Amino acid sequence: MGAAWALQFGCTPRACRRIAVLLLICLLPTGAAVAASQIDTFAFADEMQERRYRALIEEFRCPKCLNTNLAGSDAPIAQDLRKVVYRLVVTEGKRDQEVRDYLQARYGDFVLYDPPFNAQTWYIWLVPIGLGLLAVIVLLRLLRGARGEATALDAQQQARLQEIVGETRSSEASLSQSADRT
Amino acid sequence: MSRASLYIPLGVFMLILGLGYVGFDLGARNELPSALIDKPFPEFQARLLNEPERTLSRENLLGRPTLVNVWATWCPTCLSEHEQLMQIAASTDVVIVGVNYKDRPDKAKQWLAQYGNPYDWVLDDRDGLLGIEMGVYGAPETFLLNAQGDVVYKRVGDINPRIWRDELAPRFRQLGIAMTVDNTDTGAD
Repeated sequence: MGAAWALQFGCTPRACRRIAVLLLICLLPTGAAVAASQIDTFAFADEMQERRYRALIEEFRCPKCLNTNLAGSDAPIAQDLRKVVYRLVVTEGKRDQEVRDYLQARYGDFVLYDPPFNAQTWYIWLVPIGLGLLAVIVLLRLLRGARGEATALDAQQQARLQEIVGETRSSEASLSQSADRT
Repeated sequence: MSRASLYIPLGVFMLILGLGYVGFDLGARNELPSALIDKPFPEFQARLLNEPERTLSRENLLGRPTLVNVWATWCPTCLSEHEQLMQIAASTDVVIVGVNYKDRPDKAKQWLAQYGNPYDWVLDDRDGLLGIEMGVYGAPETFLLNAQGDVVYKRVGDINPRIWRDELAPRFRQLGIAMTVDNTDTGAD
């Protein structure tokens, strides 16, 4: 029974168990990496404040590293910007939107993972919609084309079709007849 | 289906190719467009590296075009652009302000003594706070300010002979900065 499931995957039970363990080990560090973010020793007045700080540093993109947020980067500029976010949230008591505006004013749309729609960013919003529309148009045309061709046979083509189908049927029949004899 | 529509997949493919060419352009990969372009240089207060009792603010940069160069002794690219900055200092009358970014003042002074000082003023930004006001995310970065204190150009990376010739020199000319170029054109008149 135990061997049966293992053989389905094309390996012996023991080898299979080893592979399973290895796979699990491979998965472990990824889980750990997701959980780990840079730890700074900051003091917060209350849990709410800390949660806001954490959410904000998760939200912004590190300007130096192309696809890491402030929370996940140990680049010096990310450390500095975490301090700035901390100062704005805790020391200066700024609202979330004010923190966003502050960073956007200095580092531009780049630090926002959610880019606004403007003259520079229109295409990243419109291209996917455009490609989706294009896909729908192509699909519709293909479907209509397929149906159209099926009904667009003229009399001559119909006759030719019947001829071919007839030929195939008769040859099939003769094949099965010869198979019966042997 | 008409014959022309057979070319649709090719067209779509070319479109994706084009988007990829623009989107994955390696040259522009590390350069963020500055949020400060055509905007006023931020307000600041910073100590001078060589006279810690004196502070400089935005008002000190007004009245004539200024080149603001962010540098540090820990930054090898800053050393490679240093020669070009020395030349700009020698051949033009632009005001060059250095921002000594996240550095140690003693090291910075030693560096300037060793390699020469192209700066009219050097600001001490050891904690990088002025850098954040300027949207700096590394060194070197260089800002060109007009006489009104607006940022007209920003370069992330080194000022090399090509950047000087293609990007900076034309803007210097536009801003009316006197310069001697190849001993042929004195720009001043």
